[in-house]
Amino acid sequence: MHPAFSVVFFTTATGAGYGLLALLGVLAGIGAIPADFWLGLISMGLALGLIAAGLLSSTGHLGRPERAWRAFSQWRSSWLSREGVASVATFVPAGLFGMGWVLLGRTDGWVAVTGLLAAVGAVVTVSTTGMIYASLKPIAQWHSRFTLPAYLIFSAMTGSVLLNALLQGFAVGSKAMVAFSLLLTLVGWGWKLATWRYNGRLEIPTTANTATGLAGGTVRSLEWPHTEENYLLKEMGFRIARKHAAKLRQIIQLLAFALPVLLLVTAFVLPWPFAPVLSALAAVVQFVGMLVERWLFFAEAKHTVTLYYGR
Amino acid sequence: MIQGPPRGANSAPSQRPLADTRAPDEGDGVDTSPDVSDSIAKTTCYMCACRCGIDVHIKDGKVRYINGNKDHPINRGVICGKGSSGIMQHYSPARLKKPLLRTGPRGSGEFREIEWEEAFSIATERLSAIRRTDPKKLAFFTGRDQSQSLTGWWASQFGTPNFAAHGGFCSVNMAAGGLYTIGGSFWEFGEPDWDNTKYFMLFGVAEDHDSNPIKIGLGKLKARGAKVVSINPCRTGYNAIADDWIGIRPGTDGLFVFALIHELLKAGRVDLDYLLRYTNAHVLVIQEPGAADDGLFVRDGAGNPLAWDRVAKTPADATDADAKPALTGNFTVDGRRCVPVFQLIADRYLHESHAPDAVAERCGIPADTIRRIAAELAHVAFEQTIELPVAWTDWAGRRHETIKGRPVAMHAMRGISAHSNGFHTCRAIHLLQVLLGTVDVPGGFRFKPPYPRSAPPGPKPAGKHVKPMTPLEGMPLGFVCGPDDLLVDEAGTPVRIDKAYSWDAPLAAHGLMHTVIRNAWAGDPYPIDTLLMYMSNMAWNSSMNTVETIAMLTDADEAGNYKIPFIIYSDAYYSETVPFADLVLPDTTYLERHDCISLLDRPISHADGPGDAIRHPVVEPDRDVRPFQSVLIELGARLGLPGFVDEDGAARYRDYADYIVNHERTPGIGPLAGWRGKDGASIGKGEPNPNQLQRYIDNGGFWHHDFSADQRYYKMANRSYLDFAEQMGFIPKTEPIVFQLYSEPMQRFRLAARGHGRVLPPEAECDRIETYMDPLPFWYAPFEEAAVDLQKYPLHALTQRPMHMYHSWGSQNAWLRQITSQNRLFVYHRTASSLGLVDDDWVWVESINGRVKGQIKLVDGVNPDTVWTWNAIGKRRGSWGLKDDAAESNRGFLLNHIIGDQTSADANGKRYSNSDPVTGQAAWFDLRVRIVKCAAEEAGFTEPQFERFRQPPHFEPSPDILRFGAEFRMKREAAE
Amino acid sequence: MTCLPTHTDKRLGLVIDLDTCVGCQACVTACKEWNTGGHMAPLTDIDPYGGNVDGVWFNRVHSYEHTTEMGGRTVNFPRSCLHCETPACVTVCPTGASYKRASDGIVLIDEDKCIGCKLCSWACPYGAREFDTDVGVMKKCTLCVDRIYNDNLAEEDRVPACVAACPTSARHFGDLGDPLSAVSQLVAERGGVDLMPEMGYHPTNKYLPPRAHTTHAASVTASALEPVRAEGGFLGWVDRMLSN
Repeated sequence: MHPAFSVVFFTTATGAGYGLLALLGVLAGIGAIPADFWLGLISMGLALGLIAAGLLSSTGHLGRPERAWRAFSQWRSSWLSREGVASVATFVPAGLFGMGWVLLGRTDGWVAVTGLLAAVGAVVTVSTTGMIYASLKPIAQWHSRFTLPAYLIFSAMTGSVLLNALLQGFAVGSKAMVAFSLLLTLVGWGWKLATWRYNGRLEIPTTANTATGLAGGTVRSLEWPHTEENYLLKEMGFRIARKHAAKLRQIIQLLAFALPVLLLVTAFVLPWPFAPVLSALAAVVQFVGMLVERWLFFAEAKHTVTLYYGR
Repeated sequence: MIQGPPRGANSAPSQRPLADTRAPDEGDGVDTSPDVSDSIAKTTCYMCACRCGIDVHIKDGKVRYINGNKDHPINRGVICGKGSSGIMQHYSPARLKKPLLRTGPRGSGEFREIEWEEAFSIATERLSAIRRTDPKKLAFFTGRDQSQSLTGWWASQFGTPNFAAHGGFCSVNMAAGGLYTIGGSFWEFGEPDWDNTKYFMLFGVAEDHDSNPIKIGLGKLKARGAKVVSINPCRTGYNAIADDWIGIRPGTDGLFVFALIHELLKAGRVDLDYLLRYTNAHVLVIQEPGAADDGLFVRDGAGNPLAWDRVAKTPADATDADAKPALTGNFTVDGRRCVPVFQLIADRYLHESHAPDAVAERCGIPADTIRRIAAELAHVAFEQTIELPVAWTDWAGRRHETIKGRPVAMHAMRGISAHSNGFHTCRAIHLLQVLLGTVDVPGGFRFKPPYPRSAPPGPKPAGKHVKPMTPLEGMPLGFVCGPDDLLVDEAGTPVRIDKAYSWDAPLAAHGLMHTVIRNAWAGDPYPIDTLLMYMSNMAWNSSMNTVETIAMLTDADEAGNYKIPFIIYSDAYYSETVPFADLVLPDTTYLERHDCISLLDRPISHADGPGDAIRHPVVEPDRDVRPFQSVLIELGARLGLPGFVDEDGAARYRDYADYIVNHERTPGIGPLAGWRGKDGASIGKGEPNPNQLQRYIDNGGFWHHDFSADQRYYKMANRSYLDFAEQMGFIPKTEPIVFQLYSEPMQRFRLAARGHGRVLPPEAECDRIETYMDPLPFWYAPFEEAAVDLQKYPLHALTQRPMHMYHSWGSQNAWLRQITSQNRLFVYHRTASSLGLVDDDWVWVESINGRVKGQIKLVDGVNPDTVWTWNAIGKRRGSWGLKDDAAESNRGFLLNHIIGDQTSADANGKRYSNSDPVTGQAAWFDLRVRIVKCAAEEAGFTEPQFERFRQPPHFEPSPDILRFGAEFRMKREAAE
Repeated sequence: MTCLPTHTDKRLGLVIDLDTCVGCQACVTACKEWNTGGHMAPLTDIDPYGGNVDGVWFNRVHSYEHTTEMGGRTVNFPRSCLHCETPACVTVCPTGASYKRASDGIVLIDEDKCIGCKLCSWACPYGAREFDTDVGVMKKCTLCVDRIYNDNLAEEDRVPACVAACPTSARHFGDLGDPLSAVSQLVAERGGVDLMPEMGYHPTNKYLPPRAHTTHAASVTASALEPVRAEGGFLGWVDRMLSN
């Protein structure tokens, strides 16, 4: 699948944003995070900013963005519509929660309820995003039991690493928070490795034989219906060399997981002012790593239409 | 429900509209009944040579949509990939807009626009000087011309013998091979009996002509479950659906056919009765080596060929229906030893050198496969005989209660034709059909009227006496019956610039357009002044040896004068040839013109009846262009050519439309056969009818006459048909047409080579004439194959046009070029791996003539020793309205660059045109190559590359985006 | 509405005969020609005369080499929307632009509602949908919904453009929901198949498999030819035959 930057950034940014939002909603709601004005402004600003930037970016993928409002109508059948509804709906409690925190300086009572609701909304939204991909049967690498958890885990992971960096930055961090984000990063790493392993062994029942209805033997593409690349090949015929993909997997492991783990471990051990700097670095490095991960998530996904083109 | 029986080819119950075509009440707001067109014009397609009937839907003065005409005898409502893309041809950005006069060097593309008056005066002045001095200094050659009865007549009235269309480099071997044998040919002049055939054999590339009729026919065979056998090195197109694909080695089809004949003879599976009735198998051939009449027929005093009556034991008139002729034996008549033709056939093809085992390796076909196919042919022909319950009467008055048929049919075209042994191979296939008794019988190969004609047909080529201001005594093209008919002077030098009807190519029935540029450049046999060409891309894909051809077009003498002094070219589009013209006459598109698809030329007949058709303007040109035929008629009038002016010197015809209606070639016979006579009541012969064109338009653009059931088969000997043919002027007399298995005209050339007769070949030509003018078909290795080092050039190389582009000039067509804008070289898997090549590699394709670079694609379905590519996809930068980055000029390649236009020098140092020695047919498919992987830095782009053509004045850049059709929708929605 | 109808009155679709298709591209350009001025007009072509030409088409013909133990064959393969019974391209649509008609089962796009998210093209395993970058909306085969019911066309012309054009009669049209329809019977008789049945989309269109190199291939059972057994060999046989 063509890794369009608009979509790569969209899913990565909203994933991190919703992860952060959910953690803020829960942790602030239960009082684990102080209702500090600047902390509230910046962390909620970052969470909602990432979400908004992601959603805005996603409209860059649309042919007719001015009609985007129509996407809220088909929530009964479409995960994309559900995502749209959920993402917008989540803004309501998230906005109230942010206002309560920042303007009223409180995260308890009804504000806590809105925080919890925002967290629920975030989880639902990320789930719908994951389901958009997981529900696509023509793309075997996505249509698997690994996809939905991956979206949730990576959202929680990037959100927690961000939150840890924020808390550290405001000197309200804790070893527990570092450990939590470290743990989630390790879970994310493990999940990614497991996904790759699963995809590597994937036996896809759809072949050039079933695609053409020509039973038995081999079916080789002789000539395409067109010489130059068309929409199908540009959008769904993206190919990445095995060597190139292997290198990118190493980069992902390094940036999204290994380096953040190393930095967080160090942050766990070292005192202020090292911990905030290392935590921030971990968040930035991981975000970049997750952009690469998402790019490869698309690049390695093989759509069945490519079978018609002998790819 | 639809009233009446369903019309058209696609009318099976599974192809009809819904029983109830009322739109369901879906409530989704879809307009299920949008307005389609303001008017429908029925005319004839010109996207290729097939000439289908089309319905052109006009909306707001624009062409909205084109579909097939269901009533039309050629396409019966279907339409091909080209026909459906006609809109893009019509609105092509490469259309010329105004007459052009060259200002820069030839080939640069620098022109200035001129008015038509200036164009006419330049041409008239030049041509009239030629006509006053030496008319043959005008060479007039046309390409995809469908008006040869006009253009040939124009040349004849001008007085130049130097006229032909492109048949010489197309498929004259098919025409001549058939016409000299059975008086008809494959091509589009005959067709398998699609409704009755049970076994169909298809030889070689055949996607070029008769395209929709063949496709419709293949569909019928498939629907009936008839067996389709294809003999073709490439498993594409029609061959893809064959039940049996025989991946033969190119150029060996003749050997394969002789092996089938060998098997059939040996097993006694030939139709002796058919041979006796319809062929010259029983005619006695003189066997007196050294004599002046050796190999000629034994004739009586009246000149009738004789046979041996095996009952009376005396010679008998071979046409005597009551005689009992012998087919074998040695006889003596008037002291001359002689044998029946059939004896010679048996002697030759029963020889072990024609046995399957002897040819299997060379053909690349297992001997068992050859034997199996021979057995299948015999089984279907003799065990599955069919009989139509229709009584008919033969030429001799014998009544037959039924029409009997042997349901084996064959078709062959360019794949057989484009070899230097194609003429004899074509004859071999006809011989096979005739031995099986399957020509013009139910289930067999059928003639389309006006064929069959006598083998060969009557008129001889004119041009022996070229005089200033004097028309030729006949048409420039015709059929020779012996050396006396050749167009050569006392010294044996060719009269024609293309050397047609000379010792180089005695039976050159279509001329040799492919030799004109070289011969004119070399002044061999003489220099010319003006080359007038129409619609043929001779500076690119219609020439062999493109690079040298371009050089010859631009070569100048020491004084700076071009070796070919003046070139006038008419084309509708900015092709690769336009920039080489000195004067460009812009033609219209096919939707803006009149044309006639004439019985005098290439009609649209069906085996069940004759037909012809017209084109008429369905949209007005938006440019200052004129139809070439009208321009030619005006030029004829300005030159004062006889026939083009009245006694007072005034133009006789206003334009082509006027000519179509009022021209009479012989009294009562004109370009169109339908609705003749003042009241339009006659067919074939009759006075001009002033309303004729309207009658055609009213009838859907065509005329067609259906034979009665008893006229449809055995046309070569069917009295009712022959009477009709004589009335229509198809044949001069109601005599039966006798298939010439043994060709006496060819033997006459052999005798000349042996020193007999009035017109003798130059000494150096004798061997060649002796060898190739064999009166019975034989096989020899294609010339290039015989001349090159096969170790060095181990592969055959072929080209074919993709079906969606055959004859269609598709690369300017925004839709067709999307399908194919780069051609690959297709290479057999194992052949590639033995050369270390993998898919998508870039290779040099090298022949003795040069090298060209392209990208390969590996395939299974090809003869292992053959590589092939789609032809004419590679284009020159600056032509056809294509942008500089178009794949056609960057990655597509033209194999023509490495196909020689001449043979290697013979023992006398002479180089002939790369053609069949009998007919002059260009031997495109003789090419031998090797392929070599190119260096890494050479990959990704084709070579040779050519300088970009400048664009004509006022040419706008081609659009970056095409929204064709949006306007119709906008208008529709605005109206709602 | 992108929820699928629970039942469609008809299941209109195409049957494509791979045993007969010669790959001539007639259906491809006939489709383009009709539809570029039709319901989804235009079928935009980007860079039509350049090196990156890319147009919108509803029907494309591929070619393949299919090799089995019984032999090899070249197969021309037209590919277009299969008007599936349970098409995910419809259910994934967030706006209701993509829908399946309850009356005849045709899968259509309401262009005015399409936001160009392209998700439907991701959900279609067959590559039946092509995006028009110029207009910014998805386009696809309409089964010539503006022909098959069109009062402005002669009744006999109310079939999809591809079916009308096909020179080899390799394309068929009708109600595949009606087991008695001519198309259904053709499918039954020739063993028509679904493409990618494992996807579970239940395509309406069916493909008739090629017959060459199968037990269904047209064949002639001929016994091997034997040399004539007449005295004097072949020439003797000729004499004997003539004197009979």
